[in-house]
This record gives sequence, structure tokens and C-alpha cells, in this order.
Amino acid sequence: MPEKKALLVLRDGSCFRGKGFGAEAVSEGELVFNTSFCGYQEALTDPSYAGQILTLTYPLIGNYGVNSEDFESGRIQVMGFVVREVCGEPQHMKSKEKLDEFLTRFNIPGISDVDTRMIVRRIRNAGVMPACLSVYSGREPDYGELLDRAKGLDYSKIDFVERVASRERKEYKAGGKKVALIDCGVKMSIVRELVERDLSVVSVPPRIAAKEILAMEPDGIVVSNGPGDPMLLTYLAKTVRELAERLPVFGICLGHQVIAHAVGGRTFKLKFGHRGSNHPVKDLESGRVYITSQNHGYAVDERSLPKEFIVTHRNCNDGTVEGMRHKELPVFSVQYHPEANPGPLDSKYFFDKFKKTIG
Amino acid sequence: MPRRKELKKVLVIGSGPIVIGQAAEFDYSGSQACTSLREEGVEVVLVNSNPATIQTDYEIADVVYIEPLRPGVLAKIVEKEKPDGIIGTMGGQTGLNLTMQLYERGFLKQFDVEVLGTGVDAIETASERGKFSELMNRIGEPALDSVAANSVEEAVGFARTHSYPLILRPAYTLGGTGGGVARSEDELVERMKFGMRLSRIGQVLIEESVIGWGEFEYEVMRDGRGNCITICNMENIDPMGIHTGESIVVAPSQTLSNDDHQMLRSASLKIINALNIEGGCNIQFALNQQTGEYYVIEVNPRLSRSSALASKATGYPIARVAAKIALGYTLDEIPNAITKKTPASFEPALDYVVVKIPRWPFDKMPEADRRIGTQMKSTGEVMAIGRNFEEALQKAVRSWEVKKSSLADCRFKDLKEILEHIEKPTDLRLFAIYAALKHGVKPERIAELSGINPWFIRKIRNICEMEEEIRKAGKGIYKDEVLAEAKKYGFSDRQIAELIGSREIEVRRGRKAAGIKPVYKIVDTCAAEFEASTPYYYSTYEQEDEANPQGVRKVIVIGAGPIRIGQGIEFDYCCCHASFALREEKVQSIMINNNPETVSTDFDASDKLYFEPLAFEDVMNVIEREEPDGVIVQFGGQTSINLAMPLAEQGVRILGTGVEGIDIAEDRERFRKLLKELEIPQPRNGTARSFEVAFEVAERIGYPVVVRPSYVIAGRGMQIVYNAEELNRYIHEAVDVSEKRPVLIDKYVEDAIECEIDGISDRKRLFIGGMMEHVEKAGVHSGDASCVTPPVKLSRKIQKKIVGYSRRISSALNNIGAINIQFAVQGERVFVLEANPRASRTVPYLSKATGIPLAKIATKIALGHELGEYGLLDTPKLPYYAVKSVVFPFLKLPGTDFVLGPEMKSTGESMGIDRDFGRAYYKALLGANLDVYTKGRIALSLRPEDRKHARKLAERFRSLGFELVATEGTAKAIGDSAEVVKKVSEGEPNIRTEILGGRISLVVNTPKKGKDSLTDGFKIRRSAIEANIPCITSIEAAFGIAEAIECVKRNELTIEPLRYYTSKIKGVRHA
Repeated sequence: MPEKKALLVLRDGSCFRGKGFGAEAVSEGELVFNTSFCGYQEALTDPSYAGQILTLTYPLIGNYGVNSEDFESGRIQVMGFVVREVCGEPQHMKSKEKLDEFLTRFNIPGISDVDTRMIVRRIRNAGVMPACLSVYSGREPDYGELLDRAKGLDYSKIDFVERVASRERKEYKAGGKKVALIDCGVKMSIVRELVERDLSVVSVPPRIAAKEILAMEPDGIVVSNGPGDPMLLTYLAKTVRELAERLPVFGICLGHQVIAHAVGGRTFKLKFGHRGSNHPVKDLESGRVYITSQNHGYAVDERSLPKEFIVTHRNCNDGTVEGMRHKELPVFSVQYHPEANPGPLDSKYFFDKFKKTIG
Repeated sequence: MPRRKELKKVLVIGSGPIVIGQAAEFDYSGSQACTSLREEGVEVVLVNSNPATIQTDYEIADVVYIEPLRPGVLAKIVEKEKPDGIIGTMGGQTGLNLTMQLYERGFLKQFDVEVLGTGVDAIETASERGKFSELMNRIGEPALDSVAANSVEEAVGFARTHSYPLILRPAYTLGGTGGGVARSEDELVERMKFGMRLSRIGQVLIEESVIGWGEFEYEVMRDGRGNCITICNMENIDPMGIHTGESIVVAPSQTLSNDDHQMLRSASLKIINALNIEGGCNIQFALNQQTGEYYVIEVNPRLSRSSALASKATGYPIARVAAKIALGYTLDEIPNAITKKTPASFEPALDYVVVKIPRWPFDKMPEADRRIGTQMKSTGEVMAIGRNFEEALQKAVRSWEVKKSSLADCRFKDLKEILEHIEKPTDLRLFAIYAALKHGVKPERIAELSGINPWFIRKIRNICEMEEEIRKAGKGIYKDEVLAEAKKYGFSDRQIAELIGSREIEVRRGRKAAGIKPVYKIVDTCAAEFEASTPYYYSTYEQEDEANPQGVRKVIVIGAGPIRIGQGIEFDYCCCHASFALREEKVQSIMINNNPETVSTDFDASDKLYFEPLAFEDVMNVIEREEPDGVIVQFGGQTSINLAMPLAEQGVRILGTGVEGIDIAEDRERFRKLLKELEIPQPRNGTARSFEVAFEVAERIGYPVVVRPSYVIAGRGMQIVYNAEELNRYIHEAVDVSEKRPVLIDKYVEDAIECEIDGISDRKRLFIGGMMEHVEKAGVHSGDASCVTPPVKLSRKIQKKIVGYSRRISSALNNIGAINIQFAVQGERVFVLEANPRASRTVPYLSKATGIPLAKIATKIALGHELGEYGLLDTPKLPYYAVKSVVFPFLKLPGTDFVLGPEMKSTGESMGIDRDFGRAYYKALLGANLDVYTKGRIALSLRPEDRKHARKLAERFRSLGFELVATEGTAKAIGDSAEVVKKVSEGEPNIRTEILGGRISLVVNTPKKGKDSLTDGFKIRRSAIEANIPCITSIEAAFGIAEAIECVKRNELTIEPLRYYTSKIKGVRHA
């Protein structure tokens, strides 16, 4: 088999030639980076990465293969994968598949042997930008064509939640209390955390009406993580506004942003987002700092929040809002990922808090 | 929590001399901590017995004590200085033990001194294995079943209910000293006895073994509010059963999945919280990668070797942050010194691979057992950074300086020998793995034999395969993609040249013509997420270069590489000073070095740091990128001096003494001619380029002679031979003699006093910083000899002669900057032994003794300044004495003998300073970790030549109140009724049983000629080593110790800050 090659073209015109792995395919997405040194399987399958081409800063990827457990959804969600080196001979007791095979199976292109640090610095300086990745084995694809495709992508205009959210209800039975989980592209780890706390979970699609949820008589609502610009989810914001007046609501990541919109707040796009497993966040109420797992490109504008909301968590690096709660109502949210995967398990107390809230 | 304002004065304890298991990393952490404390306005009092440390500089601490690290001494300092707090977690196990001793004896309470940072409870729980196991059980973290045994019976009892092998670790020892594996009850009993002697509290932990499991380490920090972060995790390539200090280590871990990593990370945080650590801490885990089971193996509640490595690997200044935590700050209140914009409460993200390889001393100790295991034998380490594992590994091998250019550069007899090195690991295991792969052994098979994760073996196989491709490409490699790939895998030009039958310089030319050049990336703690303000670089073969050379006046300082016998921390000290001097001169300082333990590779020691191998290629690459105004090679020992010539050949400007002067001094033949011209006597000598000539030369000169290969480091391969038969053996066993590798033969000047000078010359004059007289007579390597300044035996006339010779030599070499000249004085005659136109290992000691920063001034002279500007005319006259003593690694190296000769064996040094020689020498010995008792029984066993001194020596010791025992010949020589004790060969009880039974406080044994581990002398010395009591092997040192004890009995030790002494020197401007 001839060696696969790959070409990555960024909207700013820069291009990177490398080796190809995964599927011979062309795809465009918003080029982002994550700084975790392990946890690539969880990241690749995290629906919040829908519409994005993921670059990992750690250079050696695929060392421990792909296993049957570390899935955050049923498939690879990224549009493309950019790494420095991909491991062809993984070693781990749980490994079932090589990274190359994994990407091929889900028809996702990957590029390796490129200066990923250079790409990251470019994104850091210029901000995230659309890019187009092509994996091929014959003639090099036309640069101009890839550039056009990159330029043609307007990430903020696409409702990626539509693409990744489940369309039907799913039930995860456990204890007596029932949680309605609004699935905007939920990571399975969130479901696992809830079920582990003996909560029965019913996941529902995001376009569901509030009264339908209320009809299920849940004890609380979780608004999940998910991809894309929260501004597009006006339909969901409306639903959440109605629910928040009646039930405990816990928002995670996109869910947190949706809650902000639901109460009249705004979000803004971060230059290059927060993606990694090392971001310090201060819990302003306890004074404690936690190392967190993050994956978000948008943040809540603190000044836009109504008086009833107080900021409970703040990012130590850039001061952005990482958590908030309503002063009286049992409505609270977190911008980062207490369910981890990948990343530190330090913030699971959010789930305990939620369980306590719904009684 | 902001800083606690009530803490105004803090005592920081250093770690003493460099020993196996405790090296330069604690100068690094201590210095960083002191700077961090002083930034907060705290007055820092620093105590250390090691003068070759940056932390004992006046720029680092407010008050410096160079005093023995003993509880009694510390108590006096505490009483005198009245600090508000004490920090012992920066000084390794020594600092930790002292803190505990001061606490236990009530001194801290008495003087109202608070233990800052991690408290005594935490230290106790983490250090005492019994308490530790208990805590792990309580918090549900799996710890191996173990018992803290205080007797052999307890140990055996535990063994009955558990299965062998069992691991033994004495409590409160460092580097696994006295620890080991017991595979049977006999071994258990023997090791138990040994271990109990070495533990401060006579306790040994006996533990189940998980030999062969993966070993992982987590560097964790916690503040007083309970915020915890992990700085980085590290994977030991060598599995459990090999001490982490002996393992090849990679950061971050390579074979852990997110779940594995988070499991161990969460356990780490749980443990550090349960222990209530306030500062840094290192946690070791054993992980079974077939089942996912793990155990917590050990916690170090302090800064450690691993934390130094983690700091350099990530860029995160652990000691700096730990010091701030000790003052009360929380992690989020401390800024990240690298990014300046983000707080210290984050976890570094790496976008490169770091490989660390230990540096073992077996080149100097060929008789030592090369096998590696649970006890440390390495003296230092190298670190390399790359964007892939292969690159980092090959760069580390290149940095190693073990006279091997690549992994392929090691010869084995046959595959059987290769597999033996893999299965029963030695320092050569890495080479053996490579050789096995070349023999076609499958990676999986090697993994099975070694316990090493196959992932690593396959990576090494990649290197092997690339080697084949390079060979295949041959001279056509420049047109090929192979060259670029080879460079990405870390192959050096020299390796490639060897493989394609070319020369390094040609490959370099061809490679550059093909447009293949390294780029430099930044170590920024955050994988480029934020802009870094600290320029800490490594090279790799990729696209974007971040070096950003500035168009300012700049100079590159070439470092000294790994700490090893013969080239220790002294040289790193000098390199740091060169950098500091450049800064003072407003010249941009650029450091190149590869040692992760030292201050020179600290992120702010220089304006720019290149963490690179010190091979010609890597250094030249940096020079081409930076285009400095000059390069300084006179501080990095033999490592940098060896680069002078190849760099100069490329037109690089060497600052200070030129390559011509260096060559004359290094080339024995040219040096001989020079001395002849200068009419300066030298021991008769000659050069032999064949066996026959060697015998002729030796006959002509007359035995005994000192023989050695040309271009030596620290007496390597050097030996004194007394007759033709010994010469025959030496020449056939120890060296290659050839046209290109001549053997040098010098007359051994018997019964001479050796002495040396360290000086600085500008273009006009030589300033002699001091004259150092050796305590042992000539023939002991100057690095192993104790020495005193000012001299005590040399007459004024002799001293004058030495000064005169020194001036003539320095001027003839056109020396600019540092110079060291060694002499042997026999009666009225002064012989020059050697001249080194570079900073020697005594520069830090002499700088501390005189208060004159010699290396700094030498740097400024090299930049064009003159001595007069610093008021340096005559040698300063010291109204006190400073003695340097040394420490030996024999205890850690089974099979080695305590015999000193022209081969250097010591690992580190201490300094004692006091009003008279006796007390200064006594302090130096204490500082060198010797327990010199002022009463008890002394065992004497002298060789026939020394017995003429026996009576006098015996009288000296008796008048001091000692009892004496002696072996038969010596007892006869003493003449009276000295108690006779049997030699080991004469049956029991004998001198060995007396020593091991704890009934002897000092051994004087002067060894017979010739090395033989079967002699009685060897057994006596080995017993003393194992009993951890001083063993004096020269008659001069024996008299010296008698004088020391006498002085100490007569007067109290003077415990005063260093400045108390140096301020007494007249006419010298102090730094």
C-alpha cells in the first residue's frame, strides 16, 4: 500500500504537508488545539468537537491504542486530526485498535509529521480559524481548492448541536430520582456520573418543548455539553428559561452558556478557546483552586448576567467565568468538565451538589 | 492567604557534599528557594558544608555559614541567628533529617523556631515506613504489605509469612543506601544487619516485592489551603527493582492511558492531602500494566532529585513555588515565572519528550559491581529534550560523555553476554538492548527479559532500523529523504559519518547544503498556549524556529555536563559565575548544558538557556544560530576545554586563554618542552608510543613511575607502578598504546608535599587567589586529597618559588582568565606536575575561603578587563584556615576499595573554616559526613614503610585519651603493649569483627601497593566503610586527624558566618 500523504490548509493561506493516516478523505473544520498529553480517544469521540479539526500539542499520540471503553459517544466526532507523530505499534492491555485503523473506520482524515507547535502558535496568535485537511495517496490535491473550502466554512453559523444531539429519548435506569438530560451532544461520562449517583437519566433531544419535559415529571434538569456557538440555540434557551423557574437545573459547558442566554446574558467567542486538562479554576465560594478539564470556544460575558446570578467559579489564567448560580433558585452551571475524560477528576463535587439539590 | 508578615528571618539547610543519591539538585533547589524567599523581603540564613554551591554565595543568602551539617552545629546557629522559621525540605534527606533531629531534641521549641512548609508530622509519617503504611491503609490507597523491623528477629518473622524476594529499605537513608533485595533468609539477615547500622533510627522496612512492575512518579505540590497540583508525571523505563535514580526516565509518561494517568494522579492528590504536605512532594507508584493494579511505593515529603528533573523537564520552578508556599502564599497567588501572566496553580503541559539517563562512575571504578538495582550507584544524570522519543534518547546518549558516540558504540562478546546485561541489568543495558535488536532479537523478547515496556524497545528498534537505512543510503544520503528522517530521529552528524564512511565535518557541510538545519523550540510550561517570557530552548528538526537571537553583545558559556567523578558540581558553579559576570557586564549570557540537576540550567541563571548535548555538532549549531561575540570554555572542565579546538577551527572566537595555550598545557610533550625552556623542574618523564619504549622510558626515569594515557580527565587510567612487572600488567590491561594514543610516564616524586595554586591572569599579571597544600602526600589525586589554605608546612621560601614558577608558566601560556598549577615539593625542590589553563575544581572552595569570586573575575578578565580594576595584586593573607575535605562513594559501590591514588574517586567536597588548622580540618571531616569521635578505640594497621611512624602516631592518639588496637606488625612497631588484634585471615575474633561490632571508632590503615581485594587490608577498609566509621589511609592524614582532635579537645569550634572570616582579610575588595 502506498504511503498516505496529507495536506492541511488554513484560512490564512498557510499550509502544512505531512504524512496521512486514517481515511483518505477531505474535510474542513475549525482548527483548534488541546494540550492534554493523553486522553485522545475521549477527545476524538467528544461531540463538542463536532465541526472542528483537532490538533494535539503533545507530539506522541496513539501510544496506548484505542480501547472499547473510553468512548464519549458512539463515533469519532472531530472532522480531522492533527498530530506530530502517530504510534503504529500501540501497547496497552486494553488496546483493541490502532489510531490509524480507528480513524479509517469512521472515515476521518488525520495528518502527522507536521510541526504542530507551529500550528498551535499560529492559532494562539491569530485565533482559531477554519482549515481544510486532505489525506490522499496519489497526486497532491489542489491547494486553492482546499483553501476555498477552508474559507467557505463559517463555523459560528452552523448549528452543530443539530448534527450530534440524539433525536430520541434514551433511558438509563438507576435509583428513584429522575433527571431529564437535555442532550446537545452529551459526553457519556456525564451520564455515567449521574447514574453512578443512583440517578435515573432520561436523555431528550434539545428541540423538545419545556412542557414535554415537565410532563415527564423529572426531579431535575441537566443541560449537557455540545458543539458550536450557543447563540444559535435560541430554541433551547427558551426551553431552559421555562424549566429553570420550576426545577433544579445544572448546566455543563454548552449547557452553562445556554443557561446564560436563557436568563438574558450573552456569550462571546474566545480567541483560541480553552482546551486541555490543566486549566486552574478557582471556586470563589470555597477559595479552592481546581485543575480542570476544559473544552470550550465560547465564554459567558459576566457583565451581561442578570443581578440574580453570581459568578461562582473563575478561570485563574484569564479571569473568565467558569461557573455561576442563581441567588435563590437551584440553578447552577459550570463551564468546564467535572465529568473529566480526558482530564482530572478533581471537580466531581458538582454532581454531588446536583444530586443534593434535587434531594 | 497572603504572605505571613511575621516571618522575617528564615534558616535554610543545604545538603552538604555531593554523594551518590544526593547531588547538585539540592544546590539548585536551595538556591532557588533562597532567591524566592529574599524576593519577599525575608532575611535568609543558609548553612551548608559544601563550598561548591551557588546557595553559599553572598548573592543568594544574606548570612552564609559553611559549617558541618550536624545537629549540634545547627543548634548553635539557631541560637545565634534566632530565625523565625526553618526550611529543611530543600536540603535533601540531610536537610530533612537535621530538621527532625533539631525538633526531637527540643531546640526548635527552645528557640521558638517554626518548621515552615511541610511540617514534622508529615515528614515523620512519610519517612517512617510503619506510619506510612498505616496512613495508606486508612485512606484506602494500596501499599505493599510491609513491616518496619527494628531487629533481625522481626524481619525473619515477617519473612515467614511472606514470600521472597523481599525488599529492604533502611528508614531515613538516601538513595536507597543499605537497601536491597533479599532472596533468602541468609540474605535477609545479612542485609538487615547492614541496613540497621545505616538507618538513623536503626529501622529497616521489609516489604513485599513488585519487581518488574512499571514504575511511575508524580511530582505534586500543595499549599496551606489544600490546593493541589501535579507538576508532571514521569515513567521509569526500567521497571520496579531498579531505583528511580538508576532508571532511565521519560517525561511525561508514554504508556499510560487517560484513565491510568488520572487514577495515579488522583491517588497522588489524595496522599498529599492526607499527609498535609505544604510544598513539593514526590510519590512513586508501581503499576502492573497487565492487570491495572497499583501500589503506592514511596513518598518523599521534600524536594528531590525527581523534582529537580521535573522542574527542568517542564520549566516549572518547583523550589521557588515551594518556598513561597512555606511563607503562606497559596498557589493561585504566586505568578508563573515563565509566562508571567498566568498563576502557578496550573499543571504544566509538555509538547516534547524528555529523557533522563543516570551517569554511573564505573569508568572510574572498574572493580565495582556494575549491576544496578535498588541502591543508587550513579553520581549524576543527563537530560535531553526532543519532539520524539528516539531524538530525545539519542541526544541524551550524546550528552552522556561515556566515550560512546551512539547506542551502537559498545562491544559485547556474544549474544549471551548481551542478554545477560539485559536480564541482570548493568549500566550497559541500553547498549545491550540495541545490540540485541541488531542481532535480530524481537522487541517482545527483550521486553520479557528486561521487564521494560515493549513500547520503549520498539522505539529503540526504530533507531536500529534507521541506522540500517543510513548505511544503505551511503554517500548519496544528501539527495535522499533519509538524512532528514535521520536527523529527526536524533542521529548526529558524527554517527551518520561513521555509517556512511565520511567525516563529521563533511556530513555537516552536506547537510547544511541540503538545507537541513535544526530549529529551536521553547520550553514554556504550557505547550505554546501562552506566550513565554523565559527563553529556555531545545533543538529539534522541524519547521518553525523560535530562537529569536537578539543583535546585542553576547557570549556563550559552555557547561560541564553531568556530575561525575572528576567533574563535579564545582564546574557548574564556575559556569554559573561566568553567566552572572556576563550579566553584570551587560553582556547577554547564553548557557549550553545538559545537566538537569544544576543551577546552570535554572531558567533564570542565564539570559538564555539551550538545553543541549555538549557535543561539537550541537554546540556549533547554537553558535551558528546565535552568532555570539565569543565563547567561554574555561569553566566547564574537560567537557568544554575539549571543544575549544574544534570550535576554534570553525573560526569561533574563544574568550580567555587561546587554543594554543590550552594545547601546550594539555599536550604533555609540548608542556615538557615549555618547562625546559622556562628552566622549571618537572618530574623526569617521557612519552611512549609502544610497549617497548614504555619499558625503556620507565627504566631511564627510574621506578616508581606514574603512567597515564594522554589527554586525561581526573586521573582516569592513571596509576603508580613500582616495577617492570607492574608496568607490564598496567600497559596490557589498562590502556591502548599506539602512535595516536601515547602513554605518558612520569617519575613519581616520593615523600613529597603536593600543593596547587588557583589564579587569574590578565594580559600582564598573574593574581594567585591562594595556595593550597595537600594533607595527603603527593600521589593522591588532587581531587581526592584534603587540602588547606594557607599552607601549614611549606616554608616562605618554597611558597615564593611556587609563585615565581606560576607567573612564568601563566605568562608563557598567554593565559587569560583562570589557571590552576599543581606542584610537588620534595625538600627544597619544587616540581611542576601540571598546569591547567582553566578553572579547576578548587575554584569554588578558594573563592569561599577568600571571599573573592574568582570565576566571576576570570570571566571579566576574559572580556577584556584588568586585574587592577578589582584591586587584586597579592595573594590575600588569611588570618584563619580553610580546609577542603572529600567524600568517597565506597559504601554505595560494593567491591570497591578505599585506596587513594592518582585515579580520582571522590564524589564531593566539604569545607571547614576556623581559627586553626586542627579545627578547620575537623570541621571539614564532619562536613564530609565522617563521624570523628574524640574518644574510643582506634585500630591501627600500617604497611611496613609507614611503621617507622607507628610509635609517634600511637603516642599522639594515646595522649588524646584513645585506646589502641593494632595488627601484629604494627603493634610490634609501636613497641609497647599495644593490644594486638587478628587480621581477618588469622581467624576470629579479628579486626573486622571488632569494627563491625561497633567497638572501633576510627581505623588507620595504610594500604600496601597493588590492588587486591583478597588482602587483609582490603577487608579492614571495607569493614570500616560498612560500619560507617572513618578510615584513614595515609599516615599524613592520620597525624592530621590527631591534630584536629587535639584542637577540638582544647577549644570549642568557632561557629561564625563566612563573612566573619573573609572580612578579616585586608586589602581585598569583596564581592
